[in-house]
Amino acid sequence: MSSVMIDTGNYIAAKAAVLCKPDVVAAYPITPQTTLVEGIAKYVGTGEFKGEYICVESEHSAMAACIGASATGVRTFTGTSSHGLLLMHEMLHWAALARLPVIMCNINRVIGPGWNIWADENDSISQRDTGWIQFYCSSNQEIFDTVIQAFKIGEHEKVSLPVMISYNAFILSHTSMPVFVPDEKEIDSFLPKRIPKWKLEVENPITFGNIILPHEYEKVRKEMQDSQEYSKKLIVEISKEWKKKFGRFHGDLLELYKCEDAEYILLSMGAIGAESKVAIDNLQKNGFKVGLARVRSFRPFPSEDILKLSKQADLIVIDRNISIGSEGAIFNEVKGSIYGKSSAKVHGFIAGLGGKDVTFKDVENMCKKAINGKEKAHQVWYGLEEV
Amino acid sequence: MKKYNIRTTISYPVKGAMGRTGNWRVFKPILDKKKCVKCLRCWIFCPEATVIRNKDDTIDIDYEYCKGCGICANVCKVKAIIMEREAQE
Repeated sequence: MSSVMIDTGNYIAAKAAVLCKPDVVAAYPITPQTTLVEGIAKYVGTGEFKGEYICVESEHSAMAACIGASATGVRTFTGTSSHGLLLMHEMLHWAALARLPVIMCNINRVIGPGWNIWADENDSISQRDTGWIQFYCSSNQEIFDTVIQAFKIGEHEKVSLPVMISYNAFILSHTSMPVFVPDEKEIDSFLPKRIPKWKLEVENPITFGNIILPHEYEKVRKEMQDSQEYSKKLIVEISKEWKKKFGRFHGDLLELYKCEDAEYILLSMGAIGAESKVAIDNLQKNGFKVGLARVRSFRPFPSEDILKLSKQADLIVIDRNISIGSEGAIFNEVKGSIYGKSSAKVHGFIAGLGGKDVTFKDVENMCKKAINGKEKAHQVWYGLEEV
Repeated sequence: MKKYNIRTTISYPVKGAMGRTGNWRVFKPILDKKKCVKCLRCWIFCPEATVIRNKDDTIDIDYEYCKGCGICANVCKVKAIIMEREAQE
């Protein structure tokens, strides 16, 4: 029997993580992630969390502790945000190259300087090359469901990679919504115990992180890439299994919304992805044939699915991030996905940086601008066109 | 030995993984078995596990891998091990 819990994104993520029974949680608090790790600490108090809770002195240590624990074959979880994630950067590579399925929530927050605690996806986008699987959520229910799915995906024997579940600061992390919470037994029957691909144990001594020569290193990278490719199939399968078991579905790598007969398809992510649904309803009501493909998985990137959509429609992309000197990450990768294989036009927008609010009205305006062919720049900075 | 089916940064124990490190040696430990009292300090302290402990607690030295660091001679209380210059002048 499932129950309904009304709470903020962070407390919902804490609940989901604890239900997955991690053996070790190592974390360091940072706004806006703080209530997530406080939430887990609360479950230490109530006895619902029976694992080891390690209070560390920095995020670099938090990830290092999770890597060490995960290397012994146990289940690990942590959470961070913005500068905390950046401090972890080296360790993110370590986790992925060691093929350790550490599961982590990242609450997307602006990077300083200029201290700013609001939503912006540049923190996790700038970790895209670390080898982590990356999900972006658009509701508290999706956060709950994705955290549990993430353990199953990351720990799968053909994947064995760490997974990051990202969601926007405050818009989700500190906003209460009702969420269906299955009971412990149902979660247990969905998520088996972790069977590690390798582990440090006294009975079978091995060394972790030793010297590795060039031709071997390249093979390690190749196998990581193959595993990310395989996870594309697995994410679809697990979404399907989740739907069958719990009756909820948030999409595969993309969540398609009203894309039938669409002549334009909007690609957005995170909280803007949720806002986009309202925009699509309004646009379709007013005769605009626009559908939505919300990017749920940024790594692996759904290139094949996007190519398929591009045969049907022109694409409009909204990025809440910018790779300075190039362009928005999704815009860039969408074009890469269809290059030479499709004649679809791709319209790019940058919006919502620094936590600037992006409402459904803004999304509608961007879509209309693209459809009317009024955008002048290669990629439009929405709201700054005249600057 | 248990082998794992994954390519990553793990390595398995093998004898002489770094090659025949005995070639690095300048000074060679020479053991005088008559002086040895079987205290096994050399066996405990040898950082390369090249002091071999026999069943009767006598010891031998594996010159294939001994780098000649001299720790065994240093810790020997009865001076049963001396270091001799091995390389040609």
